Amino acid sequence: MTFNWLSQIFIISLMNLRNIPQRWGTSSVAIFGVACVVGVFIAVLSMATGFQRTMSNAGSPNTVIIMRAGATSEMSSGLSYEQTQWISSLPGIEKNGEQLLSSAELFVVVDISKKTTNTSANVSLRGVMPAAFAVRDKFNIVEGRNFEPGKNELIVGRSAQKQFNNLAVGSSIKFGQTEWRVVGMFESGGGLAESELWCDAKILQAAYRRGNSFQTIRAKLISPSVLADLKAAVAADPKFNVDVKLETAYLSEQSAPMTKFIMGVGYPLAILMALGAIFGAINTMYTSVSTRTREIATLRALGFGAFPVAFSTLFESLVLAFVGGAIGSVVAYFLFNGYTVSTLNFASFSQVVFDFAVTPALVKQGVIFAAAIGFIGGLFPAIRAARLPVATALRDNG
Amino acid sequence: MSNSATLEKSAKEVPASNEVLANDVLVSLTNISKTYKKGKELVPVLTDINVKIQRGDFVALMGPSGSGKTTLLNLLGGLDNPSAGELIIAGQRIDKFSSSQLTKWRAQNVGFIFQFYNLMPVLSAEKNVELPLLLTNLTSKERKAHVAAALDLVGLADRAKHYPSELSGGQEQRVAIARALVSDPNLLLCDEPTGDLDRATADEILALMQELNQEQQKTIVMVTHDPRAADHARHTLHLDKGKLIQE
Amino acid sequence: MKYFYFIFKNLTRKKVRTSLTILSIMVAFLLFGLLRSLSAAFDGGAEIAGEDRLVTIHKVSIIQPLPQSYLAKVQALTGVEKATTANWFGGYYQEKKNQFAQFPVLADDYFDIYKDLIKLPPAQLESWKKNRVGAVVGRALVDKYHWKIGDRIPLIGMFPQKNGSTTWEFVIEGIYDAKTQGADTSAMLFHYDYFDKSRQFGEGTIGWLIIKVKDPKQSAQVAAAVDALFENSFAETKTNSEKDFAKSFAKQFGDIGLITTLILGAVFFTMLLVAGNTMAQSFRERIPEFAILKTLGFSDVTVMLMVLCESLVVCVFGGILGLMLAKFIITGAAVEFAATLPGLGMSWKIMGMGLVLVILLGFITGAAPAIQGLRLNIISALRRN
Repeated sequence: MTFNWLSQIFIISLMNLRNIPQRWGTSSVAIFGVACVVGVFIAVLSMATGFQRTMSNAGSPNTVIIMRAGATSEMSSGLSYEQTQWISSLPGIEKNGEQLLSSAELFVVVDISKKTTNTSANVSLRGVMPAAFAVRDKFNIVEGRNFEPGKNELIVGRSAQKQFNNLAVGSSIKFGQTEWRVVGMFESGGGLAESELWCDAKILQAAYRRGNSFQTIRAKLISPSVLADLKAAVAADPKFNVDVKLETAYLSEQSAPMTKFIMGVGYPLAILMALGAIFGAINTMYTSVSTRTREIATLRALGFGAFPVAFSTLFESLVLAFVGGAIGSVVAYFLFNGYTVSTLNFASFSQVVFDFAVTPALVKQGVIFAAAIGFIGGLFPAIRAARLPVATALRDNG
Repeated sequence: MSNSATLEKSAKEVPASNEVLANDVLVSLTNISKTYKKGKELVPVLTDINVKIQRGDFVALMGPSGSGKTTLLNLLGGLDNPSAGELIIAGQRIDKFSSSQLTKWRAQNVGFIFQFYNLMPVLSAEKNVELPLLLTNLTSKERKAHVAAALDLVGLADRAKHYPSELSGGQEQRVAIARALVSDPNLLLCDEPTGDLDRATADEILALMQELNQEQQKTIVMVTHDPRAADHARHTLHLDKGKLIQE
Repeated sequence: MKYFYFIFKNLTRKKVRTSLTILSIMVAFLLFGLLRSLSAAFDGGAEIAGEDRLVTIHKVSIIQPLPQSYLAKVQALTGVEKATTANWFGGYYQEKKNQFAQFPVLADDYFDIYKDLIKLPPAQLESWKKNRVGAVVGRALVDKYHWKIGDRIPLIGMFPQKNGSTTWEFVIEGIYDAKTQGADTSAMLFHYDYFDKSRQFGEGTIGWLIIKVKDPKQSAQVAAAVDALFENSFAETKTNSEKDFAKSFAKQFGDIGLITTLILGAVFFTMLLVAGNTMAQSFRERIPEFAILKTLGFSDVTVMLMVLCESLVVCVFGGILGLMLAKFIITGAAVEFAATLPGLGMSWKIMGMGLVLVILLGFITGAAPAIQGLRLNIISALRRN
């Protein structure tokens, strides 16, 4: 016999694969199992990825958020007018000519119904100062215009407009006794702000009887390195009584519980399911080996090596897993990619709108996952195939 | 053509210590035929078999492959119904039995011994032997006693706790014989019981069966194509192409 | 049953395969238990919420305060048996992660309106009322933070005091318990009066009104009457039954809950499919053995029952393990999440549902091979050997 291993493997593998239709039942269960595992794996991770992308895209490493000391979120923070004025004396904040790049803001929630369910949802309404647009890097109005200071006008985030009722540009919406006109729609790099509605801070103060107080300040730093100085300056003077945080740090703090929840559910789930799928694959491959006992024995009697026989079994398992993984990825992609959902972010007590993101990296992870299942599932049956005692195998079924 | 008398003639006489009790017929086949459907064609396997087997007999059933030996054995064991004819065993016309009647009948009347022993691999020797007794109303204690006696009879009392994988082929077959004996059936049916054994072991098994026949008065029908095995029987029947042949 | 030994032996024949099957069934039912308990906890608030209680909030959103004067006006409406108020405090204990509900309330009225759900020993109520900075806490909080009566609890709240400090100190004067299963005991209650007089801004406002109606059938009319009362004022209201209020809040989590449910459902069925297929496979491999049993005189029905029994044993064993593990995890988590998900627990109803599913699974998995066993032709099966 002058077959080399490669051609032996090729011949046997081809025979195995042709044999699959005879074992369609268990093979399709294996494929289905792997497809489900990979699909769920990708779905859960794409949810986490999408949520995280929305939260982190919003942050800029140059922007700080200043809240009352100990405040857990923008919602629970509060700053007096005096506090907001003292900030201008702090070091390290960038200026645009004479104008300090800092915006004192108000953050409230309003009750708007969701388009999909028509049930009420807490939507963030942010009152900002003119500098707010310069503080944020990726902000631009894509439809309509900006609000005019002093008027009851709103601009709405792209995601908010998609998800909630009555937010089309040109429409008006009533919160309590105040009627607002939606004059523009904005993007902010896919970030959290796109789930929000914005208006003039002064108007919001009046509408919500907040006097002259604010809740937070967002400010742009000259460079990230001045953060330490800024923090030191704030700590040195007790009258400030505020916390200074990088916006990115704040947002990751805000998204942590949700991301932790998704990951906490997702990964253990994926591992548990993978066990099930590996188990399905092992079973399928054992069946494959045992139905081909005589065939394998005959091949071995003809002089085929043990390794090619084992490898071809492993190969079959990998093929099944890849097919399953591909089906799972494709289904997950079409079902979930770009799927917009919203949920209540507990930390800010308001809705976050985000898209599922099935990224190439996730698909790659999914395929690797499938390969691992196929490998483990095929390994032991492959060893069994290699060790099959030729003589008994021939006689038993003979 | 074939009747009890011809059987007496055709069967080869063997030396026996105990003479078979005459006129105590255990098995009686009258004009038994069996045909199988293969596609649209009817394939005759057995044609017009007439045989009587006395209680306490030891009959070897010989013939070439495809002669219908196993089919005849299956009919005797109530695994299958004849297509035509009358089959009476211990006074019961089992050819008219339904499948569930046959099941019950088998449990009480026959013990099977196979070429490949067919022991349950998950059960120890004693548990294998106990299996048929589970179908009776015996208490666990009584069952244990019967099992011990049967194993003792086949000379395997010391292997009771062993699993089939821990036994040699001959020992496995002894366990199978004990299993066939344990419920004290009217008839022991053996399909090539020595077919998978070496000469020496086969002789031991055959000697055991002969002993069971002579000392325990067990009626045995054994399918074999080994003439040396057939030598242990009292009578031999020859089948060819589904018919009994006279010598 | 004298066959159990045989069934047990068959189960232990391929230990790895059987354990893996049991394991995947366990996982499936673990998920089932967790999932059902979670969603029951989410809906639980709505389930025990009284039909005869209404909640009035600011029409714009729940975070907007209402004037305290609304209380007297609502009390005066016909059809209102009693009304009281509560506020949001939004504080945390020691660390930011220790957030739980704290409400400034009117002591007598609050416990009166919620007397069907929670109870406080009368002596503790009295001593609480005598202490201006006193507070009562729910059992779930006490379990979590190991507090006791007399402890001083500093909270960092979202409301600054008049002196600018956001740290409020309370003294525990009582511990209240749930009267109904699933009632929330994860809140801290203290005196509205003390809170209102001490805070820097917002004095004279309340968070929401809780109204008990005289006749539950009149709920809708009373709700409409309350909202009509404040129509066109600067603070319009939205009044709903407590049940609807709880439901609509749960819906805010909306899509995530649904998606998680769908995904877990998919997992559940995949695991079952894999396990079921494996068991069926293991039966198929043993068909020659079934044939031998039948040769020995075991009836069709006995063989079928043995197959069913085996599959039931595997399913029930795996399923009960999973359900018990779920119960264990949920019980552990209930303490941890008492503040965020009150009423988290695995009820007997869920257990029972799980058991029914387990048995159903056992039957379905065993059915195909059992019927195969029933129809088995001994002769051809023996020949396969």
